[in-house]
Amino acid sequence: MRIGVLSYQGDVSEHMDMISSMGHEPVPVKTGRALSSVYGLILPGGESTCQGKLLKRFGLDEPIRERIRLGMPVFGTCTGAILLARTITGSDQPRLGTMDIEISRNAFGAQVDSFETELAIRGITDNARYGLGDFKALFIRAPLITSAGPSVDVMAAYAGRIVLARQRNMLACSFHPEMGEDDRIHKYFADMVEEYSNIAREVDA
Amino acid sequence: MGDTIQGTWKVKVSFVQMLKGGVIMDVVNAEQARIAEEAGAVAVMALERVPADIRATGGVARMSDPKMIIEIKEAVSIPVMAKARIGHFVEAQVLEAIGVDCIDESEVLTPADDKYHINKHDFKIPFVCGCRNLGEALRRIGEGAAMMRTKGEAGTGDIIEAVRHMRQVSEDMARLKYLPKEALMTAAKEMGAPYDLVVEVAETGKLPVINFAAGGIATPADAALMMQLGCDGVFVGSGIFKSNNPAERAKAIVEAVAHFNEPSVIAEVSKGLGEAMRGISVSGMREEDKVQGRGW
Repeated sequence: MRIGVLSYQGDVSEHMDMISSMGHEPVPVKTGRALSSVYGLILPGGESTCQGKLLKRFGLDEPIRERIRLGMPVFGTCTGAILLARTITGSDQPRLGTMDIEISRNAFGAQVDSFETELAIRGITDNARYGLGDFKALFIRAPLITSAGPSVDVMAAYAGRIVLARQRNMLACSFHPEMGEDDRIHKYFADMVEEYSNIAREVDA
Repeated sequence: MGDTIQGTWKVKVSFVQMLKGGVIMDVVNAEQARIAEEAGAVAVMALERVPADIRATGGVARMSDPKMIIEIKEAVSIPVMAKARIGHFVEAQVLEAIGVDCIDESEVLTPADDKYHINKHDFKIPFVCGCRNLGEALRRIGEGAAMMRTKGEAGTGDIIEAVRHMRQVSEDMARLKYLPKEALMTAAKEMGAPYDLVVEVAETGKLPVINFAAGGIATPADAALMMQLGCDGVFVGSGIFKSNNPAERAKAIVEAVAHFNEPSVIAEVSKGLGEAMRGISVSGMREEDKVQGRGW
């Protein structure tokens, strides 16, 4: 299964390695042509102002929005979650804005406040399909989801704040599952992509 | 919910991984920092004088005024880095205390210690250090640097030294790969590098941390050249704000790095940028005027 990673900037190779290790084919996405070849897209960690501006300048923002509207699964980690958010607290920076969440950047402070912790994730760490047990999560200058619309499913929280949520085909987390050894969230996303690619292939046929 | 831990090696290294494929720009005030952020910089380096001016004015170059660094922190949402003198661990403590995201232990400033670099393991925030070859890179990583950069020759606008240092690191790594295991201790001795890191590089064929290019980058093509040579991103010091159209040049360099393998994009973004920084040719410089020899 071909899964894309937006490749302008950030920890692209970590996501590509995760996709390969699960037996899928990672595709770096910088152009509309590459985008049209994938069944799912990961928006990696990095700097959201940089990536958002490049999406806009190179005209890839609208094609991605269109694919998301048509059902393609998308998974935003940290910066990727910021790009998906409809509202970014106190900022009008360029974004995709397709997901009904409000997100607050650098919600914990500067790098000195970054941390690792363990999280329970509903539907993943309590699901024997993925393997039971808490998920080791890295929060790096991390954002927090401060509010979520009625159709958003909150899957994990840290200190009472939302850190992983899903709305239909959109998955967003404020930490970095690609930086660790644990691939359960990526597997969960690959399942979303699998389901979509089956439907998409049927429609194509 | 499990325990929360801060300042681990994993937390430091993960921060710098997020900078990959990006451009880090030297800025001397809040206004320049906003221009850099607007252009798409992944971080800014806050300092009182860019290297070209340090070169021109001479004297002792030290850590910048914390007040000015805090003003820059308040002006932008992207990470803010700042420089400490080589070996000056108290400057580094001060920078950590005011909440900079990463410290550059830099040869651009006047060294504070002629023997030792900072023990970077003592800090909760990551450090970046300069290198000219693999041995120097592995010594700094051994001391706790979470990120490397080529030294190049700062403040010249001449790319030749950054290219030299990048090629040297790559060649040193390629050589290790073909050495038999029993030769690695001798290689470690010759390079003056920690043995375990030499073994790691011989096995993986790559540096244990990311490596950016720095020192002499002045154009979008310079930045893309360094990316094609295998760097993970670039620092642009004097090259932006010493040119005559900083906002456009900054934006063009960001775009060239994002599409470093596509000459047609580099051509497009390079059009009509106006004059680059005038610069100094390194080949005409006296040895004592070069800063790359600082540190060991």
